[in-house]
Amino acid sequence: MTTMSGTHNSEEITGTVLVKRGLAEMLKGGVIMDVVTPEQARVAEDAGATAVMALERVPSDIRAHGGVSRMSDPEMISGIQNAVSIPVMAKARIGHFAEAQILQSLKVDYVDESEVLTPADELHHIDKWAFSVPFVCGATNLGEALRRISEGACMIRSKGEAGTGNIVEAVRHLRSIIGDMRRIAAAVDAAELFDWAKQLRAPLPLIQEIADTGRLPVPLFCAGGIATPADASLVMQLGAEAAFVGSGIFKSSDPPKMAAAIVEAVTHFRDPQILAKISSGLGEAMSGLETATLAVKMADRGW
Amino acid sequence: MKPRVGVLALQGGFAAHADILQRLGACVDEIRCVEQLAAVDALVLPGGESTTVSMLLERSGLLEPLRERLSSGLPVLGTCAGMILLASEVVDGRGDQHSLGLIDITVRRNAYGSQIASFEADIAVDDLDEPFHAVFIRAPSVERSGPEVEVQARHNHRPVLCRSGSVTVASFHPELSGDHRLHQRFLANL
Repeated sequence: MTTMSGTHNSEEITGTVLVKRGLAEMLKGGVIMDVVTPEQARVAEDAGATAVMALERVPSDIRAHGGVSRMSDPEMISGIQNAVSIPVMAKARIGHFAEAQILQSLKVDYVDESEVLTPADELHHIDKWAFSVPFVCGATNLGEALRRISEGACMIRSKGEAGTGNIVEAVRHLRSIIGDMRRIAAAVDAAELFDWAKQLRAPLPLIQEIADTGRLPVPLFCAGGIATPADASLVMQLGAEAAFVGSGIFKSSDPPKMAAAIVEAVTHFRDPQILAKISSGLGEAMSGLETATLAVKMADRGW
Repeated sequence: MKPRVGVLALQGGFAAHADILQRLGACVDEIRCVEQLAAVDALVLPGGESTTVSMLLERSGLLEPLRERLSSGLPVLGTCAGMILLASEVVDGRGDQHSLGLIDITVRRNAYGSQIASFEADIAVDDLDEPFHAVFIRAPSVERSGPEVEVQARHNHRPVLCRSGSVTVASFHPELSGDHRLHQRFLANL
């Protein structure tokens, strides 16, 4: 039987904010894994990934390789889409709306406008409202997160420092975003909210929404530096709602085992006994990098 | 006394369900392990990635205890991935994907295609005066429903809300559109 087409029916509205944020809601409590081949995508799905991010090189190899890093080859993305039944995401360069248009035509499930690739525009991010495919964007602080949301992002992730296996930057970003939301929710009057909007260079209506709800209007996930089940537990306890794992899985010594363990860690993030069990005998985690020694800080990309 | 409702919290959109049920006056438990299952009067199996949830049910030892509790008539609401888990037959799933077989329907996983085909639509639901605004996210479709199954809503001739005994399933997300009538009805029937 052929699959049903949901796009040509007049009673059905596609590409809405609710529908775009809705998929992010469904990815909560799960792990989205970077994969570079259909085989890795299958390993990720077998381990319980909720989605995969199709890219040509994991971030640690992007660092090692140098040069300009771009959107992946569409043939490679299609190969991964054919290999798995879970959602497939792909990355476009910051500001590179043509790459995003191509990714949308490939029917990827989410586009990551990502600092891991070399930025294409030093002033402008993609106008994400112009797309039916939803976007995730990275942020290091609340102002950046709200600017991305105002441009149409339907999911925010910490940037962390991709490809380092070092969780310190992701922790900094999550604490900053969540801490500022807590302080905004505690504001005593509207005048303080006006000041927050100025300080954060963020739209006032989004600041007011945070003051009312205490949370971002879209899901907040963690990315950048998760290498162990304990790292996943840490960021979930800090308030992340799901985890992206890049190099941490396929640069470890036993990827299927590490992948399954991080999936379980995100579910049972508050249970140290279960975490001890699933952290046992995983082999080597990816070898990490001290962020102070980095030649390129990817988290600084984006404006 | 307040009903105590468990929301399976292994992965997916469990927080939105928990939030609505709490607002409607239920006492809500997030369920991640077997011991938490005993105390609840009803269960919600939320949306999420059905293959992930299936694996986590197995690894956390919840699969058989859950099947047992639900077989004995514990009221359950399954949405999207939750519907897939409760179905008797799943098409386009993974080979190793578990289904609990508690409602006699055949469900096609991700029947509408990729995310850009996800949609909103108003649907007419039996016994509700006004249409229900339904959100379908990479949604499954019900391809067959057995004689015991009461179809409570359809969209484009396909069942999207079904009930059989203590089991209610929806292929859409009543927890996302701000309309609480289906949750109200679920609690009222406990």
